[in-house]
Amino acid sequence: MTTSTLVFLLTMTAIFIIFMVLGIFWAIRSGQFDDMEGPAQRILMDEDDPMLPSNQPEVEAAPTKLR
Amino acid sequence: MCCRGCQAVAQSIVDNGLEAYYQSRTAMPASGQEVLPDEIKKLALYDHPDIQRSFVINAGENGKEAVLILEGITCAACVWLNERHIRQLDGVLSVDVNYGSHRARVAWDERKINLSSILQEIQLLGYNAHPYNAHQADKIRKIKHKKDLQRIAIAGIASAQVMMLAVGLYAGAWYGMTTDIMELLRWFSMMLTIPVATFAAMPFYRSAWSGIKSGHLNMDVPVALAIITAFLGSVWVTVFGGAHVYYDTIGMFTLFLLATRLLETGAREKSVEAAENLLKLQPAMAMRVKDGQQNYVPVLELLQNDLILVKSGETVAADGVVVEGESTADESLLTGESRAIPKVLGSSVIAGSVNLDSPLIVRVTGVGEDTVLAGIVRLVDKAQAEKPKIAQLADRVAAWFTWALLAFALVVGIIWLLVDQTRAFEIVLSVLVVTCPCALSLAVPAALAAAGSHLIKRGILVLRGHALETLAQVTHVVFDKTGTLTVGHPEIVDVQALADISAEECLKLAASLEQTSEHPLARAFTHKVDRAELYAVTNAVNAAGRGIAGNIAGVGYTIGNQAYAPASQAFDVNSLNLSYEHVTLVWLCDSTRVLAVFALADALRADAKLAVEQLQSRGIAVSMLSGDAPQTVAYVARQLGIVDYLAQQQPQDKFDQLKQLQAQGAVVAMVGDGVNDAPVLSGAQVSFAMGTGTDVASQSSDIVLLSSKLSDVVVALDMGKNALVVMRQNLFWAAAYNLTALPFAALGYVSPWVAALGMSLSSLIVVLNALRLK
Repeated sequence: MTTSTLVFLLTMTAIFIIFMVLGIFWAIRSGQFDDMEGPAQRILMDEDDPMLPSNQPEVEAAPTKLR
Repeated sequence: MCCRGCQAVAQSIVDNGLEAYYQSRTAMPASGQEVLPDEIKKLALYDHPDIQRSFVINAGENGKEAVLILEGITCAACVWLNERHIRQLDGVLSVDVNYGSHRARVAWDERKINLSSILQEIQLLGYNAHPYNAHQADKIRKIKHKKDLQRIAIAGIASAQVMMLAVGLYAGAWYGMTTDIMELLRWFSMMLTIPVATFAAMPFYRSAWSGIKSGHLNMDVPVALAIITAFLGSVWVTVFGGAHVYYDTIGMFTLFLLATRLLETGAREKSVEAAENLLKLQPAMAMRVKDGQQNYVPVLELLQNDLILVKSGETVAADGVVVEGESTADESLLTGESRAIPKVLGSSVIAGSVNLDSPLIVRVTGVGEDTVLAGIVRLVDKAQAEKPKIAQLADRVAAWFTWALLAFALVVGIIWLLVDQTRAFEIVLSVLVVTCPCALSLAVPAALAAAGSHLIKRGILVLRGHALETLAQVTHVVFDKTGTLTVGHPEIVDVQALADISAEECLKLAASLEQTSEHPLARAFTHKVDRAELYAVTNAVNAAGRGIAGNIAGVGYTIGNQAYAPASQAFDVNSLNLSYEHVTLVWLCDSTRVLAVFALADALRADAKLAVEQLQSRGIAVSMLSGDAPQTVAYVARQLGIVDYLAQQQPQDKFDQLKQLQAQGAVVAMVGDGVNDAPVLSGAQVSFAMGTGTDVASQSSDIVLLSSKLSDVVVALDMGKNALVVMRQNLFWAAAYNLTALPFAALGYVSPWVAALGMSLSSLIVVLNALRLK
């Protein structure tokens, strides 16, 4: 009785472990651990996002203005 | 605003609605980047398909992708600013900046935007970007990092499960449990441990094996031995029955060792990446002249006797002989002196020097490894190999320690076999695990990694680990002058108008004439005057190394050294009332008289005096070795309060001087910046290179001052002292722990899992102690 319960639980554990390993290997392969600082910083920066692409031409004129 | 560069930066930040940068930045950027039209012109080279071949990947039909190294990043706000700004450019498909390595992966649509405009936009923000050729070493490192993470994941997941089962087994051993349940738990633990003992622990086996093969036992030998014996012993017990299995020990042991090593390599690789970013990997291209056609080809494809065209302002790509044209070259890269050297038909030119005045056609005599420059680099490598290495000593000690340890475990095993056969295996295992010298082997690297990562935040890049240990013992600091104590390029310090034309007007005339030249002195003039205010010059004649003559609004002017124009030749220098000593004088004349004299000098770095004073107050002797003229060197020495100095030192002289100091027992730290300093930098016990210096100098030094602040030398010295204290504490603690634990383990009072715990705790204490370093 106890043995079969244990066998069942251990089988469940084995399945979970396989999923855990697959999951973390996928995460490592897809580069989620390449940059450990970036994502934490990005989520803070995203709040300010008043992009104004309409001012673009002025930036392009800048090189001649510089000198 | 300090300059127009800064103003443009602020302007483009505000124009693009990125003011948030100013609220969220946490550190001030290193310096405003002055965008020169020449640089922008050079950026256009990056659009050339031949050049792009080496670093651009084609992604999709019109998509292209490249990795760029961003220079001048000081905090997260810089990264954010770059990322946002590039992303909103029309035609950019994606940008992804890595906060750790400061590398950006950019993908763009080549129909809408080209690479040079992206690079230019980054420059306008005040940063520098150059394409990075993701070479082999980098790829291997990435793959290895991923593999390491996978090993840790496996070890972590498996050992957590095994630990839970172990609790069941221990509880069962205490309260009683039926054999079939015990066997079930043991078999399951074994299944979980197989990947740990094979896949996850592989690095230890490899390192141990290479140690055994080369005859130098390293610390991984007992580690590998402990894991293998524990695993095989446990498998034996599982299959044939016995008292105890040690799967939990294996899991904990492997996981902990892997984790500490990852932390250590992580800190080290950060320095490696920063060092790679430093080497400006600009694609080396040359304009080849063949069958009347001019083509850009990679330098590697150049052959002997090829003809290359070197335009003015360009770097010479290969060693060679001038076959056409007349010009001057700046060979300061090799000599350390910004002096223009005349090049005429038949003169030899060296790779890395800059052609200053007019185009030259050069017949190639040496490329790549055959160049003078490559020869110097080889010299540097040799000097480095001869360097005393404390690390080697530590390795030898470790080998002896390992031998002693293995012998001891063997003796203990034999004695216990005679006393009590059943416990012999368990006790040998405990001895192997408890004495695992990981605390000992981590003692030094952990302190180095902590100190290194702290220094890198301040812009001090430690390239070689031993440097910190040596810093604590430094008794002498030797500075190079040009480019190290001084800014490295001449500036106008005084103008004296000697005729009826005002000083400002003279400056404008001078700058107008000088704009036709690439001479280092000429830049001092053109920087001073707005380009729009320059006059048009006709009939400009550039006399290499002497001066320039030209007509402005119909009047003939000359500018150059005193011997160049007859009017200045007749002038008595002593009648000038110059407040500055030892300056280079440049004379502006018209056809009959001297109009003005400009005094140019190489200015001291702002914190040079402070750094020298701080060093002297710490009881460290400061001296200066320079290739420059005696008076100039004496003048700088007097200003800084340096008593010990030598002038007119060739690279070999500098090296001899250094050897002499070292022979007297001094531990010398050398600070330099140029190629001429490279041999000395490698020869000194510890060396600093300025971040603005040449690649060769940075490569041959132990520490690079990225921000080029001299006071950082003092910061590094202090950090070295602290690091040494921490290292000693760590070594003492690790040795004390191992020596205390050993007798208990040998007498059988420590079970393997307690041993593993003790080992882990001792290593943890060592790491935490290292983290105290600030």
